Amino acid sequence: MKSLEELKRIKEQTLKAMDLRQAKDRGKVVVAMGTCGIAAGAKDTLMAVIEELEKANIHDVQVVQSGCMGLCDREPTIEVSMKDQPSVIYGDVDDANARRIVHEHIQGGQVVAELVIRRGNI
Amino acid sequence: MRMNLEDRLNENPELKKQFDELDAYIDEKASQQGSLINVMHRAQEIFGYLPDDVLYYVAKRLNVPRSTVYGVVTFYHFFSRVPKGRHTVSVCLGTACYVRGGSTVYDRVMKTLGIKAGETSQDRRFTLDLVRCVGACGLAPVVVIDKDTYGRMTPDKVVTLLNKYA
Amino acid sequence: MIRNQLLICAGGACITSGEKSVKDALVEELARNGIQDEVQIIETGCMGACDLGPIVVVYPEGTFYQKVNVQNAGLIVSEHLVKGRTVPELLYHGPTSEKKAQTSEEIPFYTRQVKRVLRNCGVIDPLSIEEYIARDGYFGLGKALEMGPDEIIKTVQDSGLRGRGGAGFPTGIKWKATKDATGSPKYVVCNGDEGDPGAFMDRSVLEGDPHSVIEAMVIAGFAVGAATGYVYVRAEYPLAIERLDYALKKAREYGFLGKNILNSGFDFDIEIRIGAGAFVCGEETALLRSIEGKRGIPSLKPPFPAQAGLWGKPTLINNVETYANIAPILINGADWFRSVGTSKSPGTKVFALVGKVQNTGLVEVPMGTTLRELVFDIGGGIRDGKKFKGAQTGGPSGGVITADYLDMPIDFDTVKEIGTIMGSGGLVILDEDNCMVDVAKFYLEFIVDESCGKCTPCREGTRQMYRIMERICDGKGRGGDVEKLKSLGKVIQLTSLCGLGQTAPNPVLSTIRFFEDEYRAHIEDKKCPAHVCKHLLTYSINPDKCVGCTACARQCPVQAIGGQVKKVHVIDQATCIKCGACYEVCRFDAILKE
Repeated sequence: MKSLEELKRIKEQTLKAMDLRQAKDRGKVVVAMGTCGIAAGAKDTLMAVIEELEKANIHDVQVVQSGCMGLCDREPTIEVSMKDQPSVIYGDVDDANARRIVHEHIQGGQVVAELVIRRGNI
Repeated sequence: MRMNLEDRLNENPELKKQFDELDAYIDEKASQQGSLINVMHRAQEIFGYLPDDVLYYVAKRLNVPRSTVYGVVTFYHFFSRVPKGRHTVSVCLGTACYVRGGSTVYDRVMKTLGIKAGETSQDRRFTLDLVRCVGACGLAPVVVIDKDTYGRMTPDKVVTLLNKYA
Repeated sequence: MIRNQLLICAGGACITSGEKSVKDALVEELARNGIQDEVQIIETGCMGACDLGPIVVVYPEGTFYQKVNVQNAGLIVSEHLVKGRTVPELLYHGPTSEKKAQTSEEIPFYTRQVKRVLRNCGVIDPLSIEEYIARDGYFGLGKALEMGPDEIIKTVQDSGLRGRGGAGFPTGIKWKATKDATGSPKYVVCNGDEGDPGAFMDRSVLEGDPHSVIEAMVIAGFAVGAATGYVYVRAEYPLAIERLDYALKKAREYGFLGKNILNSGFDFDIEIRIGAGAFVCGEETALLRSIEGKRGIPSLKPPFPAQAGLWGKPTLINNVETYANIAPILINGADWFRSVGTSKSPGTKVFALVGKVQNTGLVEVPMGTTLRELVFDIGGGIRDGKKFKGAQTGGPSGGVITADYLDMPIDFDTVKEIGTIMGSGGLVILDEDNCMVDVAKFYLEFIVDESCGKCTPCREGTRQMYRIMERICDGKGRGGDVEKLKSLGKVIQLTSLCGLGQTAPNPVLSTIRFFEDEYRAHIEDKKCPAHVCKHLLTYSINPDKCVGCTACARQCPVQAIGGQVKKVHVIDQATCIKCGACYEVCRFDAILKE
């Protein structure tokens, strides 16, 4: 370690690894992990969302899990709530759809209409 | 007549090993100023206590008077010149432990083991110590046995605990 | 890819409550569910809420699980991490609130605190220098090297930081005096000999955020012109020594210690010196002798350590908590530091809140916070609905703050006015069941054990005071004892050489000042109002409540209790040794203790 630049680089790198512990304010993705959700592949969905956010370098959106949302025949389901926008619940979110939602909705600001189950807060 | 240290070391390889270990540590620390206390810590780890032989040996190796070594060893509570038991039970009587009933725990330990603080039981199973605060005040009263700390002690709990140590 | 992080508090109290076995259970359960690669476990320093341990916090949600044990740890994995459901039975539930708290931000114990010294404790992995850097670690050093010694010292002076070890001496003045002193080499020392029973602030900083102390010592070395530093840590804190040792190695690896630090041409390194169990070594001149490998005997000041310290050379000596304040002051400036606290005692203070309070633990609050906020808002009030009686501060050198002063803002100067000292931050809460005479006797006994013996007033005087206290508690107190204690105390205060002796009579004098009637009750009425002093108690059996179960008679070690099965029992007062065994064992509240 010979310079402040090097110090800053370590800081940036480590902050990424500590990212889960930071408060995030732009939005939240809730992945339903009830029994049926898991059976339908919600765990893959969860990991896909996290991976895709990381790839897109998005660090101000929190990804959390919840229990069953009660929409068993459209599992896996996720809820995307971005700041100042009504939240959207998506159904049939497999790996590929999860990545699509990250790109189009979270990154692009466009709701993926054909996957929407419900808009607005429950 | 007592043999000199050198002869005893030749006769007792176990003892020789311990002194060699101490020697190595002193070599490593010799260049440091004022390393006497650190050396005594290491010596107590190796021998379990600080017999006179060790005090004299350290004095010679560090080139300080025996009186200085003796003075340091007797000043600090941490150093013991008598052998300790297989297990050391330290009852904390720091303030937090005291106001939450640490002395009733201490009384019961004394009664159970039949020894007072600073003493070792006849069978060399336990040495009893009193300590002033181990810093786990949130869980007072606290008892430390060897390196394990036990919180929220009561007189009955501590007796059960002692039975676990053979 | 990591989706969740589990932070487990590995502070002293949580380890005692079984942190290691909880961690093992979590690791096992993660593997059983096949998610060990998606969830990371991090052991942190003390999170402060020692009474709630072991504590596990799940991120990103920040869900705060408390009193986790081996049996229920698995639920965090199988419910929270696998099924996305919080585990309600492990959430914190306040004594008064209706709702369970999901995160630490909803727990009153945490919401009132301002974490500066403890900024990283319980937040980062103390073994990870990278995480320390990520939280602006070593940026204070970087800035200091650009500022130069004079500007560093000016900033520390402007901040108004006062020594957190107890006396509250302005830190900047010490730094300047050491820099200006002639003589070389110079030394920088950290006092981590936290000997005050009931205090564990420094331990928690050393265990939870060791780099904050290392960074500040390097800055101090650069400011005063020293190349060597020593951290003196108590032997009673093996974990602190281990973590500090590891942190020193890492700091050397990264070039924050050693030659040419951050390309500045400045060389500095730090050694650990381990104490050996002598309370007097917390006194700075005694501590310096101990680092030199000698008996810890204090010496007269002046000369101050800044002029003639270690091996007679100029030495800067500060306490752990003081150092932990330095880097943030340099990064954020003196005005930022002054933005909390009082004008004469700016900044925060860490307290070890212990004793009869609901929420024991480590708390950091702005200077000037009242005792009421500490005990009732943060501490959750007194245990078992008992009445607050007083708070003991400053350990064996301090005194009590009584209920009359609950609303007094606490800082270095206000506590001094009522006859106690801030001390290092031990705050022992006492309730109506604590006898003030007994508590004062306890501290005095401590001092009698720990006096180094150099000055006669301290060595002999405290022993004589202890004898008087002992006879008062034994029911043999005489008229005039209180006056004798006062005059002896005064002499010891005035004629002892070091801080230990000068403050040794404080607990007695302070309790006499506020609780003289309790002393009088012991001496004149031969009664202990709090029912603590054994020899002043009488045990008897309430015939209306006794059912004749014989439990007490079987427990009595001297066969002082007689009576037939299912008949009322009686205690023979002449035989009774007042051990209290019957009182403990009776399940019908039939034993009266008066």
